[in-house]
Amino acid sequence: MLETLKLRIYQGEQFIKDIPNAPMRSQFRGFPKINKGVDISPCNGVCPTGALDVENYSIDMGKCTFCGACSNACGAVEFTNNYKLASTKRENLIVTSDMTFEEFRKTAYEVRKEIKQVFGKSLKLRQVSAAGCNGCEMELNACSNVNFDMGRFGIDFVASPRHADGIVITGPISENMAYALEDCYKSTPDPKVVILCGACAISGGVFQNSNKLNREFLEKYPIDLYIPGCPVHPLTFINAVVDFIKK
Amino acid sequence: MMNWIETKNNEPINLNEIPCLNIVDLRKEILEIKKRVVGFFGQPFGAGVKLFVIMADDEQGKLFVSSAYFNENEKSYDSITKDIPAFHMFEREFFEEFKIKPLKHPWLKPVRNHKKEYPFFEIQGEEIHQVGVGPIHAGVIEPGHFRFMCNGEKVYDLEIRLGYQHRGVEDLFLQNPTNQLAESVCGDSVIAYNLAYSKAMEALLNIEVSNKAQLIRLIALEMERVAIHIGDLGAIAGDTAYQMGNAIFGATRTLVINSLLEISGSRFGRGLIKVGGVNFDIDEKLAQNILKTLEKVGADVKRTTTTMLKSATVISRLERTGVVSYESAKALGLVGMAGRASGVELDSRFDFPDKWFMDKDDKKFKATGDVYSRTRLRYKEIMQSLSLIRKFMRMLPEYKNEPLLVPVNNGLYGEKFVVSIVEGWRGEVIHTAITDNNGRLSRYKIKDPSFNNWYGLAMAVRNNGISDFPLCNKSFNLSYCGNDL
Repeated sequence: MLETLKLRIYQGEQFIKDIPNAPMRSQFRGFPKINKGVDISPCNGVCPTGALDVENYSIDMGKCTFCGACSNACGAVEFTNNYKLASTKRENLIVTSDMTFEEFRKTAYEVRKEIKQVFGKSLKLRQVSAAGCNGCEMELNACSNVNFDMGRFGIDFVASPRHADGIVITGPISENMAYALEDCYKSTPDPKVVILCGACAISGGVFQNSNKLNREFLEKYPIDLYIPGCPVHPLTFINAVVDFIKK
Repeated sequence: MMNWIETKNNEPINLNEIPCLNIVDLRKEILEIKKRVVGFFGQPFGAGVKLFVIMADDEQGKLFVSSAYFNENEKSYDSITKDIPAFHMFEREFFEEFKIKPLKHPWLKPVRNHKKEYPFFEIQGEEIHQVGVGPIHAGVIEPGHFRFMCNGEKVYDLEIRLGYQHRGVEDLFLQNPTNQLAESVCGDSVIAYNLAYSKAMEALLNIEVSNKAQLIRLIALEMERVAIHIGDLGAIAGDTAYQMGNAIFGATRTLVINSLLEISGSRFGRGLIKVGGVNFDIDEKLAQNILKTLEKVGADVKRTTTTMLKSATVISRLERTGVVSYESAKALGLVGMAGRASGVELDSRFDFPDKWFMDKDDKKFKATGDVYSRTRLRYKEIMQSLSLIRKFMRMLPEYKNEPLLVPVNNGLYGEKFVVSIVEGWRGEVIHTAITDNNGRLSRYKIKDPSFNNWYGLAMAVRNNGISDFPLCNKSFNLSYCGNDL
């Protein structure tokens, strides 16, 4: 018992105090910056998901795996360590050469008023892994660890869709998970939100050309929030949801 | 050995040199060679199907490959599983993909196909009840369905239905093989999968990556093992309601994956490995920082594990829970960490070594096959990996002038067959690549250790309380997407 207490004292405080302004390591590949003045032709064909549009000098963060293949190939693309990448509109995720991070953030969110009214203090989420590779799943678990401690904002993952205010989808949605996903959505009481987490969920990511997917769900039901990443960093996820529900 | 061709890890062989028998003879050969099956898969061939078999000799570090041809009218053969149970998943998979039936297979059920109703095993009786769990689970984990046959709290049988994660990964490799795809097959084993893929491609390109790049890859591979094992210790602590362990291991894991981020820009090491080498260097300053962090990690893991395993309430949950005997593990063909915890000493880092892994670990691990064994083994492997990282880091400066990437100037060699084995944290990750005469991939086969080990979990929970299932499950921590592909 004494050992246990000593160990507890030795560990001290591990939580990140200021999540919205938490520093990020410089090596992290976040919001991309595209420089139109540099020749982009060496980047031709290096993007594994077609996120980089060489002709228009733009990157679709909904497809991007942030692998860095383009920034390694030429100087036209650079990844900054800005980790607030989410948006409520799919088309906003396309970053063009003249867009700065600040401008992206200004128009990133357009939230229905009732969401902030109803969920402003607490949002309980049911996560559905629909063929996710366990990358996003591990990062979502990390959101609740002692470092990130997402629960302090009233945001939690719950066991049953009946207890949830919304669902978080990871993975490209396989044929074999399509039924369970829709069933889960229908079991969640109204009003509810749908959050797409990671490149696979948003666009199919590296699996977009697979014939074993069934992404009809995304056409049938409204999507409230898109969170890019491969996988989504805990700071990206927590800040995305906090910005979404808080006033 | 007339009917086999011998090869090694990452050593390509000519496709036309692989003996091609009929299935009756191949079956006889498989029974006679008495080696361990690591590959058993088909490929469309003319109007029929060619079945490739890879058997491993783990003591000699050798692989034996053979094949059999089924013409379009041959739709069945005599099952191998009834003689060697370790074949049972392989034969089910082959049947599902090519509709060639292994006759008298004792458990011929779907692997990934969800088109038909799954025939669950049922026990009848007044006191017997069924418990169904999943595909969506209580926690944030991948999908799978578990069906328990219980008498009160006691589990008589568990049947696991998977396939929910099936994305057709192997076919995607034929369309557009990339490092990013390899990393996303199984996102908790990014380094292991990307390494297996890259080494297979490098063997088919006939290029040798620099010593420096090889060392950086191995450092990342061991860091991945350390990170996941620490996370698993935390999960085991959480499931035994030892919350402090859960908290501390969680925070300690963060230190390791943040070090991976400092190397590669991703907490899981995505973007680090590329065919031809690595994209990022570890310079002296970064090496010092990482070693310092890992020293703290080692000390914290040691202290926390020791304290945790002194607690009677923890020990009483771990000991004699979820036992897989050596005999069962051997017969089912369990591999990797789950196998070692039951005394099956397979570790492809040492069984199929490259030049960096010559000295096998001589400290004997006392395997008891229970959750306690799998917990202690993780601790042992964390310490072993940390010392390997230190060793590799010390060797790095010697090669500091070598390039990170060697250029890839040619295409893949045609008509080749190569097996690439990497010991990920779960066990052997095996990628097999076959090229056609244009130098394009014509078959890409992946075998995750979970493919062997899921059945081990089903065995482990027999005659245990159903409330111990989460603990047993965490102690194995198997992959759904690595199995479903």
